[in-house]
Amino acid sequence: MTFEEALQRLEEVVNRLEEGNLPLEESLELFAEGIKLTKYCNRQLEEAEKRIGMILEDENGNPVIREEEL
Amino acid sequence: MRVLTVRELTSHIKSLLENDRLLSGLWVKGEISNFKRAASGHVYFTLKDHFSCVRVVMFRSRARRLLFQPEDGMSVLVRGYISLYERDGQYQLYAEELEPDGAGALYAALEKLKSKLAAEGLFDRERKRKLPRFPRCIGLVTSPAGAAVRDMVNITRRRWPVARILLAPVTVQGENAPAEIARAIALVNKLAEVELIIVGRGGGSLEELWAFNTEVVARSIAASRIPVISAVGHETDFTIADLVADLRAPTPSAAAEMAVPDRLEVRRSVDAYCTRMRHHMRQCLAVYRQRLEYCTKKRVLVKPAAALCDQRRQTVDLLARHLRQGAAENLRALNSRLSLLTGRLHALSPLATMARGYSFTTGPDGGVLREAAQVQIGDPVTVHLYRGMLECTVRNKRESSN
Repeated sequence: MTFEEALQRLEEVVNRLEEGNLPLEESLELFAEGIKLTKYCNRQLEEAEKRIGMILEDENGNPVIREEEL
Repeated sequence: MRVLTVRELTSHIKSLLENDRLLSGLWVKGEISNFKRAASGHVYFTLKDHFSCVRVVMFRSRARRLLFQPEDGMSVLVRGYISLYERDGQYQLYAEELEPDGAGALYAALEKLKSKLAAEGLFDRERKRKLPRFPRCIGLVTSPAGAAVRDMVNITRRRWPVARILLAPVTVQGENAPAEIARAIALVNKLAEVELIIVGRGGGSLEELWAFNTEVVARSIAASRIPVISAVGHETDFTIADLVADLRAPTPSAAAEMAVPDRLEVRRSVDAYCTRMRHHMRQCLAVYRQRLEYCTKKRVLVKPAAALCDQRRQTVDLLARHLRQGAAENLRALNSRLSLLTGRLHALSPLATMARGYSFTTGPDGGVLREAAQVQIGDPVTVHLYRGMLECTVRNKRESSN
């Protein structure tokens, strides 16, 4: 799942919960899913890429990536 | 007199021409005819006016930098030098720069390329691709040296450190720039993970930004599978790359700002969702709890026996009371009726009369005798007294009509 998909699903979950009219079991399930998504999103946001990849071209014209600290 | 070979003559003239101060660097004005672009990329044409003409050659490396498409009949200014093409023994103008003649000619050429690409639909709004909201991998096509790349990397890192940055190093000015930029864009497109490309450079003169006004760069941006943000020069610079790109950023720094969201803001909105969800869930549970409480406080659950039986017991009591009352009432009524009947019976009873000395007589068939005619003389009759009976025989009878 991409971050965007997770965030979108979270948005959906919150809206569905807020619309109400759901049986308790379903509400609880959605809530559990929402908490999972929140954790997932926050974990993704914690990630930080320190390096930069230099895109070079090999002899066949294909890209090669060389990691560099910048 | 010394006899020269053709070759000696030619190279002598050539050296004369090449050592002439005027001829080694000059601008010539004229009209293009016989324009040809050879497969090698070199460009050949004849420059002429009403009196004369001169052959012009422009080598590939220079021709690639042309901002416009030269055509026959076009008035141009050519900068270059004069030399001799030894094989033909012909002097030529070796062109280094070619500009349309007239005011704003460069802009006019630019406009021409612009309208050509516009006619092809390369600037159309429908072509613009949607940029990813949360890019995980960004490809930068720019010079690895210079402030532009530093700004872009720093701003991206600060705002959205989640993103991986891949840099395709290119030269952004000079004659190789257009081809390098176009090639780099194509190269980045071979990387599946790249979700967004920023192509650009810092500010410079129109000449320095020239690569971003070339057809080859414009077409490579148009052909890109990955959405492209152009970030060329300053706010006021507007290049053809900007028109083809999916989004134009006024500067490289701005491009980085536009390319990625602010992590703190995103985190705030994730947290806000979480808060909303928790709040809602608390409320939802409170409502359920309330409903549950309402139910559990009901008498039927608290004192089920009482709730279920009391009412019924009361009814039973009431019915029992009614029954008792009814029965007594009935008994009283029967009693009084009985005593009434007893009184009446008593009043009708012949016994009281008989006690006073009256009697009645029954015939042989046991029937009560009312008339003398009911019996015959000699019939046995029974006289019933108050106490006891007399068995008699009829000796005589006197009938009376009354």
